[in-house]
Amino acid sequence: MIEATAAQLGLIACHVCELVSRPPARAAACACPRCGARLYSRKPDSIARTWALLMAAAILYLPANIAPVMITTSIFGTQRDTLLSGVAYLWTSGSWPLAVLVFVASILVPLLKLLALSYLAATAQRRSRVRQRQRTRLYRMLEYIGRWSMLDVFVVMVLVALVNVGALANIQAGAGAMWFGAVVVLTMLASMSFDPRLIWDRAKYRDG
Amino acid sequence: MFSLVWIVPLIAALIGGWLAWKAVSEKGPTFVIRFKTAEGIEAGKTKIKYKSVDVGAVESIELSRDRGVVLVHARMEKYAEDYLVKDSRFWVVRARVTGGNVQGLGTLLSGAHIGMDVGKSADATREFTGLEEQPIVTADVPGRHFILKSKTLGSFNAGSPVYFRKIAVGEVESYGLDGDGKGVTSRIFVRAPHDQYVNRETRFWEASGIDLKLDATGVSVETESLTSILVGGIAFQTRGDGKDTEPAAEDAKFRLFRNRVTALAYRDVVVMPFTLRFRESVRGLSIGAPVDFRGIVMGEVTDIRPQYENEETYMVVFANLYPERMASRQIGEPKRLKRGFSREQVIDELIETGMRAQLRTANLITGQRYVALDSFKDAKPDTVDWKESPPRFPTVPGTFTGVAENIAQITKKLSAVPFDDIGKDLKRGLETLDRTLKSVDKLAKRVGSEIAPEVRESLVALRSALATVERTVTEDAPLQQDARAALREVARAAASLRVLVEYLEQHPEALIRGKPEEKQ
Repeated sequence: MIEATAAQLGLIACHVCELVSRPPARAAACACPRCGARLYSRKPDSIARTWALLMAAAILYLPANIAPVMITTSIFGTQRDTLLSGVAYLWTSGSWPLAVLVFVASILVPLLKLLALSYLAATAQRRSRVRQRQRTRLYRMLEYIGRWSMLDVFVVMVLVALVNVGALANIQAGAGAMWFGAVVVLTMLASMSFDPRLIWDRAKYRDG
Repeated sequence: MFSLVWIVPLIAALIGGWLAWKAVSEKGPTFVIRFKTAEGIEAGKTKIKYKSVDVGAVESIELSRDRGVVLVHARMEKYAEDYLVKDSRFWVVRARVTGGNVQGLGTLLSGAHIGMDVGKSADATREFTGLEEQPIVTADVPGRHFILKSKTLGSFNAGSPVYFRKIAVGEVESYGLDGDGKGVTSRIFVRAPHDQYVNRETRFWEASGIDLKLDATGVSVETESLTSILVGGIAFQTRGDGKDTEPAAEDAKFRLFRNRVTALAYRDVVVMPFTLRFRESVRGLSIGAPVDFRGIVMGEVTDIRPQYENEETYMVVFANLYPERMASRQIGEPKRLKRGFSREQVIDELIETGMRAQLRTANLITGQRYVALDSFKDAKPDTVDWKESPPRFPTVPGTFTGVAENIAQITKKLSAVPFDDIGKDLKRGLETLDRTLKSVDKLAKRVGSEIAPEVRESLVALRSALATVERTVTEDAPLQQDARAALREVARAAASLRVLVEYLEQHPEALIRGKPEEKQ
């Protein structure tokens, strides 16, 4: 099996139409000859962007967990629920599977995503050759389950739309939902801006 | 070199920093409220409300070290920091139904919350003692508090209405025993602008329940309102026109009268205390009993005490006399006083003319008694020693006592009679009599045995003598016959004499001329 990367061969795959082309050497920027999209061998400024988005997400992760996600107003009074208090409520009221699901989706996954992406970005920056396969698998998993984090936001959205009985009961989205949504979006953007090929770049250089 | 993407975390950092700063700066102060019980209070949930606006929330609840009270740690909103002053009050709002109103119904569903009343003090504090009951009046309601003193509580309660001309203008805020336990002090609140009607001449009375009165005009029922029948209340009114008096100050003290009549009655300014010394029992005379002058109450009994003096026990009755009642108020001051007599001199004069105090029975069934002032023409002369304090008013024994005394005197005389000696004499006399009777008996026996036969003989002789007499005087006895013939002769002679006398009466000349010949 011939082991060679496109970059080594001077080829660039268009990230839109997947056409592999050979751009003129030392061209600062060139377009795909077929679809006209911008061509680049690696996502430009990938590590820095990932870091920036990760940091933003990490900062917003705190208010997302402290501020109330859902404000329930009923004749019995007003209740403000944060992500954790919602999980705690589900747990104490006996809905353990649901509690575990919400906990995993809303708290564990974003946190793991932040940590995992940080790890990936750090190792890619250091051009580490440690467990490159696992790191790639980790990246694929992150991409896959990242969208699940929006579960809580969807729940709040649906409840806000459904429960609106005037004075009897009313549910509003709290500021926490906004911060949480921002965290999820930012981590998704971060994982998108991370170029998994960077995991292998140095290794191939070394090996090759 | 510098990527634009770094703006994103910068913005995130700014937002995060702003949120953090906001959270820290908006975090109000924490404070502690002590409650006897944490009933209805939940950590993290129970809100603190002022005028139904959330101004804080309970953060945690713990017991005090000695387990005596519950310490409720709460956090105030930033803007409400100034509300935590010394005289701010906290209480737990629960659903409450009293006779007059229903409060806190909303808490049935939403759970209790902590109510707050912001004080007016400027001293900030972080430690409060929660009220057990919701205060009736909050500090922001304009009006004035007044303090009412009474002997007993009466039938009102905290929250009972205060009426002025049958309009509810305030509430009874609280009540409690005096420090010495000798009376009850109630605090009432009269809302503005009605508080201006309370002045020095204002009288308060218990407007509780129904005042049923039976007098010469018939039966009259008086009450303030249906609510006051149920929950009691206090009413007030100002005596006179009250125009020239200033409104009473905050926390001014008033006496609480039992009813409207006593409240609006004339209040005696001049009080003359006297002592009345009675030798008789004062049973039936109670403190507060009237001192009555021919049907008009002139004073009242304030105290009764026995006193031992000069080897004699007196019942000393302390009484207050209200000399002003002697003078008709329409006339003004008594004329005597205008002439320069003092009240003491007037009383001296009255006593000189025979005025005395006497215990009388007001009710024969219950035995209640009162002190009557009246004139006794034959009373022993007496005077008041004004140097004594209080001076002694002369008394005479009561009417009942007079009778009793007479009986006592009779008894005394009776007991002076030497019944023992009389008895002995009587006994001796009876013995003598007995002896006499015995000798009489002996005599009689002797009469029976010795004298009786002789008597019989005498009787027989007597009978024969009588028979002789009888024989002599029977009709056909010769003596009888002779006597009868003789009498007949006498009768005839008398008839002839009568004829003669009659003839002589008609013809007195016949004595001289003789009887004329009858002409035929």
